[in-house]
Amino acid sequence: MIIGLDMGGTHTDVALLENGEIYKKTKYPRQEDFLESILIPLDQIMEGEDPLAIERVLLSTTLSTNAIVEGKLGKVGMVLEPGPGLNLDYLNSIFPVCFISGYIDHRGREKFSLDMDEVRSAGRHMKEKGAQYLGIVGKFSTRNPLHEKKIYETIGPSFSYSTLGHTLSGNLNYPRRIYTSYLNSGVWEIYKQFLKAIKYSLGERKIKAPLYILKADGGTLAGDAALLRPVETVLSGPAASIMGAMALEDIEEDGIILDIGGTTTDIAFLADGVPLFEPRGIEVSGFKTLIRGLYSRPCGVGGDSLVELKDGQLKIGPERLGPAAAFGGSSPTPTDAMVIKGIYKEGSRSKAIEGLKPLADKKGVSVEEMADMIYEKTADIIVENINRYLGEVNSRPVYTIHELLHGKKLAPQKVILVGAPAPAFAEPVSKKLGIPCILPEGFEAANALGAALSRVTTELTVVADTQERTLVVGEEGIREKIPSNFSKKDAEKVLFSYLRERCIKMGGDPSSPMEIIEEEEFNVVRGFYTSGKIIRLKGQIKPGIRGDYGA
Amino acid sequence: MVLKAKNRLGLVFFPAFDWAISSTHPEREERLLYTRDQVEEEGLFDIDGIIEYNPKMASYKDVQRVHLCVPDEKSRMTESHLISAGGAITAAEAVIKGEVDKAFALVRPPGHHAMRVVHGARGFCNINIEAVMINYIRKHYGIKKIAIVDTDCHHGDGTQDIYWNDPDTLFISLHQDGRTLYPGSGYTDEIGGPNAVGYTLNIPLPPGTSDEGFLYALDNLILPVIEEFQPELIINSAGQDNHYTDPITNMNFSASGYATLNDRLDPHIAVLEGGYSIEGALPYVNTGIILAMAGLDYSNVKEPDFEPGRFRETARVMEHIKDVCEEVYRTWKNRSKYRQKMIKDAKYLKERRSIYYDTDGISESREEIIKICDCSGYSILTSTSDRGYTIRSVIIPWNSCPKCHKEGLEAFEKIREEKGFPSGIICLQDGINDIFIRETP
Repeated sequence: MIIGLDMGGTHTDVALLENGEIYKKTKYPRQEDFLESILIPLDQIMEGEDPLAIERVLLSTTLSTNAIVEGKLGKVGMVLEPGPGLNLDYLNSIFPVCFISGYIDHRGREKFSLDMDEVRSAGRHMKEKGAQYLGIVGKFSTRNPLHEKKIYETIGPSFSYSTLGHTLSGNLNYPRRIYTSYLNSGVWEIYKQFLKAIKYSLGERKIKAPLYILKADGGTLAGDAALLRPVETVLSGPAASIMGAMALEDIEEDGIILDIGGTTTDIAFLADGVPLFEPRGIEVSGFKTLIRGLYSRPCGVGGDSLVELKDGQLKIGPERLGPAAAFGGSSPTPTDAMVIKGIYKEGSRSKAIEGLKPLADKKGVSVEEMADMIYEKTADIIVENINRYLGEVNSRPVYTIHELLHGKKLAPQKVILVGAPAPAFAEPVSKKLGIPCILPEGFEAANALGAALSRVTTELTVVADTQERTLVVGEEGIREKIPSNFSKKDAEKVLFSYLRERCIKMGGDPSSPMEIIEEEEFNVVRGFYTSGKIIRLKGQIKPGIRGDYGA
Repeated sequence: MVLKAKNRLGLVFFPAFDWAISSTHPEREERLLYTRDQVEEEGLFDIDGIIEYNPKMASYKDVQRVHLCVPDEKSRMTESHLISAGGAITAAEAVIKGEVDKAFALVRPPGHHAMRVVHGARGFCNINIEAVMINYIRKHYGIKKIAIVDTDCHHGDGTQDIYWNDPDTLFISLHQDGRTLYPGSGYTDEIGGPNAVGYTLNIPLPPGTSDEGFLYALDNLILPVIEEFQPELIINSAGQDNHYTDPITNMNFSASGYATLNDRLDPHIAVLEGGYSIEGALPYVNTGIILAMAGLDYSNVKEPDFEPGRFRETARVMEHIKDVCEEVYRTWKNRSKYRQKMIKDAKYLKERRSIYYDTDGISESREEIIKICDCSGYSILTSTSDRGYTIRSVIIPWNSCPKCHKEGLEAFEKIREEKGFPSGIICLQDGINDIFIRETP
């Protein structure tokens, strides 16, 4: 059996899976204490179960996200090697920074070497500032990690933990690399304590199964492996729901996934059945990061959104005052409108009518008419947001003529709805969008299911430059010599072999499917002769549902 | 936590990674690769207020507002040219619609050597992307007075040719002296056709000119002239081959110089032209220009090997630059007098030219009869190439007066009736009614 647990903003959902199917599920309100929010519902669901029958525990937690949002990060000092470019002085207002000299250029060539005295003094300076953790980040360090490694060797060991920028992602984007490193060092202590506690608690309950943590890209990594990059555990909630929706409903065409909650609806897209990613990385509490994550956008309307009349106009959300009137709340909500219209079969119709009556009276219409108006307006808001984000996705910048003229444009064929209030929304959204809305069986616990079924994923970037005769595997900090006849085939081999190794390190199954997600090949021409090739490949373990869940 | 641009800046970044003139040509796939790396690494697309746009595709109709393609549009260009021109249009529209304050079209291939008649490619250019953009926005948004400042190292002879008779388009080109570089034109005495004397200004600079010389010309000549001209839009043809590392030119301009120039010129729209130091210059120059246009601090943008003061002009070179600027400023000030001297009492003037297409190896000979008027007039242009094509066209610019318009239409009818025009194509480019007619024998 597998335990899937998704700790959200208001509730923790837990599902117990047997042969890939939900066999038991529970929901428990969020507690002050993180551990309690997990352990109480866990104990509930495990009642009468054999702990030794558990094969895996998968957790999606808001621990790191909350620490960032609430500013409860460890004290991190940033040692940066920016070289020429954008003025980064503004970073001083966010965290303590030491700028040091030295420069690596876009092809990973060392243009200026490090001044080791300056590095040592930066370390002392950070100590004086009270930093316990370090972020060491150089411009273009993904093309050559040498300087970051040297800085670490010199001053890193006297701090509790250091993040080296190049280990987080093979992507370019210096400011994002800085922020991601900062957050990674900042959440490390909190994550470490949490991991220790959760492992202890599971041990107490005789659950000996391995622990995995969900990431924002819909994949997981082993709990211990997450200690290497704890920042990857942020914003896994939307990914849990998306993976769950995909597990519940087969889809091979373009589609939309709506995760409807009490206060918000998360919108995600599928291209030929594959979820869309954020092109540069996800944003957490205003920090733009390099963390790979599924594309998901919130829209401020959910099942329990407050419905008001403002200057005679209907206003829905973004506030929520409590559950829907039909479920014992005190204020009118879209769910009440759907209950009155008979679309949503649960809840008390009379209480829903009671909830909507003041609004109907104020507007001078019948309660049924008011319900119609809310129905229309709710669907309008969601559909408006869907269309806006669809437009955003379909106008993403492309850099080749082929993609510009023949590139894929997303044309969703159906919508999958998940989340507890989803039944109230299927009909109006379907009507407005003109495509079918599917409410798969098990929609209420899609998030816990998604967490339970996700597999270990990781990505890796290889840059081969045959003119410079170097090969760089950014995230692994590898830079080695290659012969001048090194080919794309060779690069693919290197990529897949390192990717498999990395997958094992992350706690994954070495037979997981791998794929190349980005590839570029350029001739380097100098003086009218081709003098080399630049080959860039990015590969990943395909996110998806575990193949072995039946075991 | 996020840097905010003072000016909202639209970026049409389209490196066309799948297009080249030929595999080892300077205009090849690799050209903007390192620039892309640099702007990605600097995180410029994340800056609040910098908005990235995909280029739209210009249509043949948009091209016909500017060019006479011989024998036709389809055979003279590829999709890449329409996308490059479309990218410039996208940038301009974003500014005019108020979505952004300024825009930079970082597109390729370039266009400023493409003249009115297009028999083939010249100086890596097939169609003039700025001109296609300008004529498009004039047609769709009614913008009249436009200043173009061409800071490419090569004389912008194509743009000069297209607006030669248009007093509403001020064209200023700053370039390496034509005696030492392609296309071998752009002297101080090229000052515009009979209807726009003084609205074309050429500033040939000696080889070795560096930041000081460029900025001197900007501050003492270009900015005062623009101030007097009062354009509604300023466009920078932002070629980047004045850079000290450029392999095909001999100037000493730096990334910081380019950024400073852009900052002081303060153009609404910049369009990339040439620039072939793809590693040593473009990544830094483009970063500098983007920051300058966005109103952000560019003082830390410099080439890794840059040393301030390494490329100072000699006193003699500076003296020469000052003399050139003074001469050009006099031309501007005395433009009415010069015009009188040129046209005297003539009603029509004839101009003859031979044009060489270096990229395609085509020779063209051209004759144009221009109607003298206070508007742009109209003209009858006859062009023959050594590929056996002949074209005769009536060109009625967008700002012709009703009288010139009418006379131009009559002239076209007369050419039509003269069925004997030797095996040629006849065209009408009517900028007033936005009509293009082509008749082949």
